[in-house]
Formats: sequence, structure tokens, C-alpha cells
Amino acid sequence: MNEKRSYIKELLRNPFGGSACLILLLLYLIAILAPFLAPYEPSDQDLKKTYHPPTKIYWHSARFVVARYKNVDPSSATYKVIEGEFCPLKWFVHGYAYRLLGIFPSDIHLFGVEKPDRVYLLGSDNTGRDVFSRLVYGSQVSLSIGLIGVSITMILGLLIGGLSGYYGGWFDNVVMRLTEFLMAVPALYLLLALRGIFGVKFSSAQVYFLIVIILSFIGWSGFARVIRGLVLSLRSQTFVDAAIVLGQSSIKILLKHLLPNLASYLLVSAALSIPGYILGEAALSFLGLGIQEPSASWGLMLAQAQDMKVFMLNFWWLLTPGIAILITVVAFNMLGDVLRDLVDPKFRIYQTKRG
Amino acid sequence: MTGPTVSSPLLSVNSLKVYFPIRKSLFGRSKEWVKAVDDISFTIKEGQTVGLVGESGSGKTTIGRTIVRLQDPTSGSILYEGKPIHNLSQKQFRPYRKKIQMIFQDPHNSLNPRLTIESILREPLDIHFPGMEKKQKKEKIVELLEKVGLSAEHLYRYPHEFSGGQRQRIGIARALAVGPKLIICDEPVSALDVSVQAQIINLLMDLQQEFNLSYLFISHDLAVVEYLSDYVLVLNKGRIVEEGTPEEIYKHPKDAYTKKLIASIPSI
Repeated sequence: MNEKRSYIKELLRNPFGGSACLILLLLYLIAILAPFLAPYEPSDQDLKKTYHPPTKIYWHSARFVVARYKNVDPSSATYKVIEGEFCPLKWFVHGYAYRLLGIFPSDIHLFGVEKPDRVYLLGSDNTGRDVFSRLVYGSQVSLSIGLIGVSITMILGLLIGGLSGYYGGWFDNVVMRLTEFLMAVPALYLLLALRGIFGVKFSSAQVYFLIVIILSFIGWSGFARVIRGLVLSLRSQTFVDAAIVLGQSSIKILLKHLLPNLASYLLVSAALSIPGYILGEAALSFLGLGIQEPSASWGLMLAQAQDMKVFMLNFWWLLTPGIAILITVVAFNMLGDVLRDLVDPKFRIYQTKRG
Repeated sequence: MTGPTVSSPLLSVNSLKVYFPIRKSLFGRSKEWVKAVDDISFTIKEGQTVGLVGESGSGKTTIGRTIVRLQDPTSGSILYEGKPIHNLSQKQFRPYRKKIQMIFQDPHNSLNPRLTIESILREPLDIHFPGMEKKQKKEKIVELLEKVGLSAEHLYRYPHEFSGGQRQRIGIARALAVGPKLIICDEPVSALDVSVQAQIINLLMDLQQEFNLSYLFISHDLAVVEYLSDYVLVLNKGRIVEEGTPEEIYKHPKDAYTKKLIASIPSI
């Protein structure tokens, strides 16, 4: 009986929307299962195997084996495969202990090799840490910061912009001048200045929350302005008058009549602004103001790849965090664009027929 | 055309003035005003339809909006069954919302596009009959839909799935839901096709018979107003320039503006 249009179905049927959803689902799954997927802890070093290239894995006598390498020239970190020598790649091995989702204790990892051999899917960095493991752990920071940041920004923007648009008057004036002030300062400088106010002596968790708060503080102003404008225009719609004439209370009008009409905008703009948070965190970490060693984040990993050696000797695997950021940002943007197309058919980017 | 039943006035509007500030001085005091409604008095008796006619900007919509308190009056008084309602706070006015309802001009904007017809019609019941059971509410909603010529199959549809005429029917059902005695009809048929206009007007007249409703019928269309009103007020620039029964006004207009309005009715 209910003939409500199913946005989720349409989104998944759209080739761009569907693949964006799939990619994001996969990424978040990786972030959640990071300790299980990563064979090593992000801080686990092996100074004898710095700048190790990705290890070769091949099929040998009915199982996967990992080739052994010899460090031919320690000064330029040149490794050569030792022919005929290998160690077996084992599935579901016992490794370092962790708590999945912070609750379930375990020490099982998807794959691994016997010590002292090491498997480097994406090579190792300047202290012999596994880039793949760090990439997987780094995704936790980069992917969660967008969601948490956007949620805080949305709540702030909705509250401030909504009240400002609905009630108007002096409150509206004060809020709008404040947002103009915030928007007049270039975001990156504001980001750096705000980060500069606080010291550097923070634990990783504290820095993480600091970054989220700073990014939300920068983000809310533009958001609040748009919400205010939308509320203003919705307020003048006759159905709001009708609700007033029926005797509906202001709060209920805001929640029942205005908010649902903003929902589509909120959804689209959330998807489109998440990349900003991911890039913001990456930028801060890249500049050494974000997540600190030995924790991993994509921005921090890129910062470490700044070494001349990396470019001179073509250690391409150290740039994989950049690719990860690219994929995530593109996926979120694509999702946002498709959502906008569904919600507002006037602006179509990804043309598809809709039944 | 129901003959006016002789009774005390349901609503009386006395020398109502609504001014809008257009320019403010440095200290927020208004220097210039638009006199949207300028000293207007009239009464509506129970079961009566009073037509309010005039061109755009003549202040007719403002009068309607002031009666339902979407707009505060500058001066003058509005009495409902002899009690003043123009100076009540929104909270004090709430019981009167059950008595005075409004039908809006634009049926495309007057229904929230995100709500189903069921929830649009449930809203007035939730507000004014909080004790009513869910099942009862649903029965009442279906009954309302049938009263306005729609049916239960429309319950879970959204406004965009309906035509303009159907939407206006939903708007009428919403106004009826609380059991009002007076309905302000703010150009209810102006946005509709001529054939649909006739249907809606006939519906309004049937409902008037059934529920003994009073209407303040606001329109720029003199022909429509003449057809269903018991008494007509002609408004120009915020003032009443002529009033009387529709026959008087239509056949023997005295004011130049009224003559102009009558002359502008297209004849087929």
C-alpha cells in the first residue's frame, strides 16, 4: 500500500551509486576489521628490513609461499629474491593480541608467516614497519574522522542555522556576522592557527578529538548559512502557515515540517563534505600537527614518504596511502553526486533512467 | 445560495487596521507604512458566506490572515461570538483554532510534500483531540476523505501524486478535521482550472449545508463570489468601497471601482 519511493534501491541500482556504496562498505569493513586483517601492529619495526619492497607471493606445492629476500646493498636498500628459498604463507595464524571493536579479545590474524620471516604486502617503510598494516590501521582514523566530524558539524549547523532562520531577529544577525567572520578566514590558515593554539603534547586519542573539533568548528559556518536560507524559504511555504493555523507548536513545526524537507539536502551535503574532513586530517597529519607516531594515519604516512630517497629509489609502495585517500574521497563524492541526482532531478550529473 | 439564517454574528471585525512598516529610522521606529487594511468592519453570521473581493494588493488576504492570527492587527478588534480574539497570545488563541480554520490559495504549497495524506490529516486530530485512539483517528481520516470526494485508497500517497483539485480537497479535509464553525477561504479556487473550480465550489457549498459552516470567501473573481456569497464586500486599497448582497452589487454597482471589476469579468 505504501508507495514511498525507495531511494536506497535507486541508489544501489545506479552504477555509480552502487559501486561507490560497495567501495565505502569495503573500506569501512577494513577499518573495523583492521586488527584481524593486519599481520603486524602498526608500530612493529624491523630495522634490518627497511624500505623492503612488497614480497613476492606465489603458488608452490599446493600452497602459497612467500619469497625470502637478501639485502644486497644496505645503503640503497636494494633487496634481491633468494632463488628457491621461501616460507609458507599461513591462514588464521596466532599473532599479537588485540580486541576486535575494543571488546572481543583475540590473537588470530587473517594471514601471516613464521618469525623471523616477514610478509610485506605493500613493502615496508624506513623503520621496517609493514605499510599494509599501517594502511589498514590508518583507515580507522581517516574514515571515522569524516563521519564524526560531519555529525558534529551537522548538529551545530542545524541547531544554529535552524534557529537563526526560524526566529530571525537579533539572534539571526549575530550568528550570520559570526559565520561571515569565520568564512572570511581561509580554512587552511584557520585550521593551522587553531591547531597552533593548542600545544603538541597530546596523546594520539586527544589529538584525534582535537582535530575533529577543529574541523567541525571550521565546517559549521557554511552549513549553518545554507540551513538558515532553506529554513527561511520553507517557513514562507503555505504548509507552515497551515500548521500554525491548526495550532501546531513551533518545535513540532520545526521537527515535523521543516526538518524532513531538509533531510535530502542534509544527506547529500554530508556525503559531499566528508572528503573535506578526510583531507583536513590528512593535511594536518602531513604537516606534523595531526596524528602522532607511532599511530598510523594516511596523512602521517604520506608525510613520511616525503623523503628524497623515496622518489630517487622509486619506493612507490610508500605512496599507497595517497591512493587510499583518493579512492575514499572519490567514492564519497560519487555517492554524494548520485544522491543529489536522486533527490533533485533538476541537476543531473550521472544520467540514468529512472522508472 | 443558502439564505442567511437570522442569528447573532459569529465573527465581527471592527475598524480593523493592519499596517506594514516599509522604512525604519535609525532607532527602529517606522517612518512609513503600507496601509494593507485600513479601517474595515464587517460581520459574518452563522451559516453565512461573506465574499471579499478585490484586485491583488487590495488587502483581502491580509484580512483573512489577521483573523487566524498569522498576522497581528495594528488596531481595531475582532470578536468571535462576542469575545475579543485579536489581542490573545498564541497560546490563549489555541482553543479558537478549533473554531476558525483556513483553506489556502496554492494547493501545491499548502501540503507538506514529505508527509502522506494520512499524516497530513492526522496532524489536526493529534493537536486538538489528543485523547482520541489511533483506530478512531484513522476512521475519522477516512471519513473526512470521503466527505471531500476522495477515498481510503489515497491514504498513503504523497501530495505530488495528486492533481491541483484533489490537493485542494485534501486542504479542505484538513480544515474540516477539527470541526470548525468558520472557514477562511483564501482564494481557494484561483489556482485551479475552470471545470475543477466549479467542483470545488459545489463541494464547499455542500459542506456548508452539512456542517452549517460560515465562510469568509476571499477572491478576485467577482463571478465566483457572486455565485456563492450571501453578502459581498468590495475592497480597494485596504478600504471597503462597496458592500451589499450580490444582486445589488452585480446589477447596480455604485462605486466606480466596482463597475470596473464587473466590466472586467470575461463574458463567454
